[in-house]
Amino acid sequence: MRWRLHPGQVIDGFTLQENLGTGGMAQLWAVTREDDPAPLIMKVPMLIDSDDPLPIVCFETEQMIMPRLTGPHVPRFVATGPLDPMPYIVMERISGPSLKARLDRVPLPWPEVVAIGATVAHALHDLHLQHVIHLDIKPSNVMLRETGEAVLIDYGFARHERLPDLLAEEFREPFGTTPYMAPEQVLQDRADPRSDLFALGVMLYFFVTGERPFGNPRGGQIRRRLWRDPVPPRALNPDCPPWLQEIILRCLEVDPDERYATAAQLALDLENPDHVRLTERAGRLERDSGVKTFRRWLKARRAQPLEAPNIAGQLSRAPIVLVAIDLAPGSEDLAEAQRLMVGRILSIEGEARIACVNVLKTSRIAVDILEDEEGRSLHVQRLVQLRHWGGSLQIPSDRITYSVLEAPDPAAALVDYVRHNNVDHVVIGARSSSALRRYLGSVSSRVVAEAPCSVTVVRTPKDRRAEDGGAASA
Amino acid sequence: MLIALLTDIHGNREALSACLAHARLLHVDRLIFLGDYVGYGADPAWVVDTVRGLVDQGAVALLGNHDAAIDGSDEDMNSVAQEAIRWTRNQLGMEQRRFLADLPLTHEEGSVLYVHANGYAPRSWDYMAGPMEAIRHFSRVDAHITFCGHVHVPMLYHMSTTAKVGTFSPVANNDIPLLPTRTWLAVIGAVGQPRDGVAAANYAVFDTARQTLRYLRVPYDTATAARKVRQAGLPEKLALRLEQGR
Repeated sequence: MRWRLHPGQVIDGFTLQENLGTGGMAQLWAVTREDDPAPLIMKVPMLIDSDDPLPIVCFETEQMIMPRLTGPHVPRFVATGPLDPMPYIVMERISGPSLKARLDRVPLPWPEVVAIGATVAHALHDLHLQHVIHLDIKPSNVMLRETGEAVLIDYGFARHERLPDLLAEEFREPFGTTPYMAPEQVLQDRADPRSDLFALGVMLYFFVTGERPFGNPRGGQIRRRLWRDPVPPRALNPDCPPWLQEIILRCLEVDPDERYATAAQLALDLENPDHVRLTERAGRLERDSGVKTFRRWLKARRAQPLEAPNIAGQLSRAPIVLVAIDLAPGSEDLAEAQRLMVGRILSIEGEARIACVNVLKTSRIAVDILEDEEGRSLHVQRLVQLRHWGGSLQIPSDRITYSVLEAPDPAAALVDYVRHNNVDHVVIGARSSSALRRYLGSVSSRVVAEAPCSVTVVRTPKDRRAEDGGAASA
Repeated sequence: MLIALLTDIHGNREALSACLAHARLLHVDRLIFLGDYVGYGADPAWVVDTVRGLVDQGAVALLGNHDAAIDGSDEDMNSVAQEAIRWTRNQLGMEQRRFLADLPLTHEEGSVLYVHANGYAPRSWDYMAGPMEAIRHFSRVDAHITFCGHVHVPMLYHMSTTAKVGTFSPVANNDIPLLPTRTWLAVIGAVGQPRDGVAAANYAVFDTARQTLRYLRVPYDTATAARKVRQAGLPEKLALRLEQGR
């Protein structure tokens, strides 16, 4: 059955304006609604061949998931129509282009690739926080808003952790777009949010080299990615910096555990190249040897799909924890108390990433104070102290980073950092006595009030006792 | 309209009270009881009176197998259920017994069917225990959505346009859209005797306007409910079940 649609036709109050294209699965129409100035799009599934239930199951999947999604990284859901008279979904029309337009220009300059990667990683993290894995990330499914945010479209293959997985129930074959599918997707595992990081890795590889890492395979050839590693990007484009190769190859790891734990952690690396810990991946210029590949092939033969999805669990095991550390003399006890607290967090949240931050307060008026030699050495000195603080935590060096922020308003700088880097948890010290109390107290209390995440305020035992004594004598 | 679906109360006053209070907080418009008001628990008379009062105010109440066994045969029941039914018979007066005996087996509203055990042979009391049973139901029942109880463990079965049946174990507090393109069989978990290892009462709310179903879990005073079961001299196993939710 195919819906005969024409411009000017009115369906449930939506007027069809222009056919924007007809794909294998759906027709897209620009539509308008009376008293609604927003540009809208109507998606009508193709139900031409009733022997193939895929279009209808994909449509049902989108119909279930889209109304639940919110935020700037998804198209705003407007309405959905039942089968009778006609099935459809109406949503916001994103005015910007999709990333597919950039494929004409590949290879792209690497800074552009990095910017795309960070933008998409932020969007993915926001989607994963909403319990959804996209499972079909590719350039044509990523649009850019005029404001710069990436919008992820097309949820026909997506998986919502708390809704029935209609695709898995109906079919016994892998779904996705073959060049971008993660190895576990090939094995019909639709439960791992890190599959989206693999697909993003394929995209970044394609953009920076001009070639797809696993070609455009068909049939049984899709399984090759379970054992055959791609040619390192730098062998195809020497302009690609080693740290970017490190990031891309980490996204393309066969085992999801070897990839970034979350999209937020990937974004953090893309935006802070000096934080990327370079491994053997960064320097690789050839594919792995036959022996290594053969071992992976043997392993792949035994590979089994995983269990039920645990998107929220994966994200909560791998939070980004910001530790705001005061390095002023006399705050050693507090720094030690914070170290104990972070140790406790690490023992529970095994894949946490720790961002150690110190704010170097600059004058609002004399902005250039840190540009002299003394200022620079102060910055370096703070960094050295931060590293010393973090050195005693038992944590691999790729999961801890050190930053000194220079800002006139420490609380605002910390909150900005939290917002931009998808920080899940802030650990900040507060001193309850001393001349600096009122001032420092205001930093922690402002962070508590303004940060959009959990905040743990740490005090030292000594300060607690001083507080009790003060109360008793008062 | 929000419809609360409550089933398998089994004489558990504490669990029913908690669910009714919870449903009031959600501003539920209607109550539909899917049967089994008695058996197992220590407060069958109170539960029957409460449900009867709610039916007078517009609620719908259907017949369950334990309710039918009060004035009928308990031959098909296991020994614990049989012992509980025989104890329960002595707790109920004539009017309460008549209320139970007069309950209908099914209730239909448009293309939605409400029933205690299954849609194809309600009085057989066949359990919708897995996808095979769900297929039997889907092949014989035309309703777009069927709500039933009887199994005690919540589960959602759905059938696609190509007659593939899916099984979904629902999480609480989450709206599931019952898409018009599929047929649905929603098994609502027990109010008064949960059996999935969680000792909290089950019920569900169906939003008829949005066509969404929300499964819910309501913690209740299991200690009191279990103590009453022991005080009544009912089998110890029935008290333990309430404490452990299995």
